[in-house]
Amino acid sequence: MTTSTQPDSGRLGPAINGNGARSPHTAMAVENIVKRYGSFEAVKGVSFSVADGEIFGLLGPNGAGKSTLIRMMTTLVPITSGKAIVAGYDVAKDPDAVRRVIGVIPQALTSDPDLTVEENLSIYAKLYSVPKAERLKNIADVLEAVDLTKWRTAQTKTLSGGMRRRLEIARGLVHNPHMFFLDEPTTGLDPVSRIAVWEMLDNLRKTRHLTMLLTTHYMEEADKLCDRIAIVDYGNLVALGTPAELKRSVPGANVVEVHFDRETPQWQSRLEDLDGVTSVQAESAGFYRVLTSSGSRTTMQLVELAASLGETLTSLSVQNTTLDDVFVHYTGRQLRDEQVKPAAYTLPPRPGAQP
Amino acid sequence: MNRMFAIVEREMRKFFRSPTLMIMSLMMPILQLLIMGNAFGGKIVGAHVAIVDYDHGPQAVKIREGFDSIAVNIKTFTTVEYTDEMKAREDVRTGKVDAAVIIPAQYSRRVYSQDAPQLGFVVDNSDLFTSSSLESEMQSLVTALTAPVIQPRLANSIALEIVELYPYVNYMKFLLPACVALAMYISVMIGGGMLYIDDKARGVHEGYLVTPITKLELVFGMNLAGAIKAVLSGICLTVIGSLLAGLGVIFHPEADLELLCLIVGTSIAFNGMMFLFMVRVEDPLTPRAMFGVLNLLLFYPSGAMYPIAAFPKWLQAIAVIDPFTYCIHGFKAILLKDGGFEAIRFDLLFLFVFGIGTLLIATPLFKRTL
Repeated sequence: MTTSTQPDSGRLGPAINGNGARSPHTAMAVENIVKRYGSFEAVKGVSFSVADGEIFGLLGPNGAGKSTLIRMMTTLVPITSGKAIVAGYDVAKDPDAVRRVIGVIPQALTSDPDLTVEENLSIYAKLYSVPKAERLKNIADVLEAVDLTKWRTAQTKTLSGGMRRRLEIARGLVHNPHMFFLDEPTTGLDPVSRIAVWEMLDNLRKTRHLTMLLTTHYMEEADKLCDRIAIVDYGNLVALGTPAELKRSVPGANVVEVHFDRETPQWQSRLEDLDGVTSVQAESAGFYRVLTSSGSRTTMQLVELAASLGETLTSLSVQNTTLDDVFVHYTGRQLRDEQVKPAAYTLPPRPGAQP
Repeated sequence: MNRMFAIVEREMRKFFRSPTLMIMSLMMPILQLLIMGNAFGGKIVGAHVAIVDYDHGPQAVKIREGFDSIAVNIKTFTTVEYTDEMKAREDVRTGKVDAAVIIPAQYSRRVYSQDAPQLGFVVDNSDLFTSSSLESEMQSLVTALTAPVIQPRLANSIALEIVELYPYVNYMKFLLPACVALAMYISVMIGGGMLYIDDKARGVHEGYLVTPITKLELVFGMNLAGAIKAVLSGICLTVIGSLLAGLGVIFHPEADLELLCLIVGTSIAFNGMMFLFMVRVEDPLTPRAMFGVLNLLLFYPSGAMYPIAAFPKWLQAIAVIDPFTYCIHGFKAILLKDGGFEAIRFDLLFLFVFGIGTLLIATPLFKRTL
């Protein structure tokens, strides 16, 4: 696993070298940004930039530092060191200017369930000091954009999860921001609502010329929505590039999924010894994911191997490398204990106690 | 300024959309007024007193006539005939009767010969309120029996003429100021304490913090909304409580103005105090846990139920800095005594200074970031 604060340029090639630095078209950028809670470093010197009109995804396991990064960029959490620039404003020095040009959709559903859809939007527009005439027009526009016009007078608590998420998005747009930050915008939604939100975000980007930065757990979401993706792990940026570049960066162009009828401890080493195989992941009893440079050749070798050993294959399939493989490649497969902040107080050792 | 009013608008819309908050903040003080006001304000009626008469003489008959008079007039107790003193004592102990009067043998003869006549009175003093009422009635009866038939030429006692300044204040009226203060406290505790932390935990504040609203606008918006809710609670309970307790002071416009000033001052003081307590709290359980402790710590030392002068010094020290003390004193001065602004001047000053002071301390502690 890579633990450096900068992406591995050797592995990612032009994906990093071409996009890491700020250009005149940069909408937002972070430079060597650090967030420390006591002795715990949640974000460790991350740098990247997002181009104007781009949808930029932050991927990472739980507790990787994605939300902390987005919170620093949206002025919610003070930056320990480094710099964040949004729409040309320094987040640390001019937070109010940043707040005026950004729209933020937090992870939780924070619209007021007791208020109507329109009241929720109206109050947020007032918090941004949007004049009345403009406010009314904006509310009508954003409701249209998220397809909630007919629910305008409905109490928010009567809306479904997907509709509430759309309302959150509308609320973030009610003051016509240039930049849009979304923290896990589709978490908790069913697949149909999730696809609806993706389509809506893509339309909004085109019609409103928004620059978006979103965090997500869903590889499919990042693959479909994002122009570029940064993978964050343990507070470090471990990979950055377009989805295609990231997939190319993983050794092995294909994934062969094979299920043997009988599990033996030797399968792992036998599979690793096949030509072109770059990695083997044991998924469950007798089920393996094999990354290979040639799917067809590995498939043939597998069938021959099984036949020579008198073993039976239950299933065999070949597919292209996905972002899941990229994610696992860069972040590893072990389960994480999520830690956002360190414990407030640690008991001192008892005098005389053994370490 | 508009951003501050957006916060107030949101809070008020929520408040009127969820009547539970309003009802619950009024329900407990109204029930307290009704139940405690009626339960504690009454006199003992219908107690049972055993009478054991070993004398049967003319003076014993006079005592029995006195008892009959009490039974049909003030009705504090009725008598039950016993023949055995030991049995009567046992029944007092086991609660079958509330007290026993023993008229000893030779009682009448001792009265006539002025030979220190005595009556026995066995009373269950585990219930102080009942026993003191019965003792008081018996003492009145004995005093009446010992009054000389022919008045002496010179007065041998000086009468104290008591002038009561105000009409009879029953317990419900006495309790009303405390109930108004309690209603406002509950409103602030729910609206300014629990809902504030719940909103924080639900991420509503995160939504506010990404907007260009300033720290002052946010703090004053939330506190103004909290104060308005407490004022509404205070007005409702003052009106409902006054009607229930039979106080007509609310029909005088000048008194209404004084009451409004007190309600506003109390709302600001309670809100400022609550905001100071809650400004750094993150856990939604904390205000719920604090509710009872704060209620006990602030309500009872305030003189709401018992005079502050009777408290030990350390409790009196709490009363001095407790906004409840000034709120209740002010309400008593207007509701029970119609004392005017003169009587509540210091209370108003304390409440406003306390409220603004706590708010000024809390504001720098409020974090504009997460």
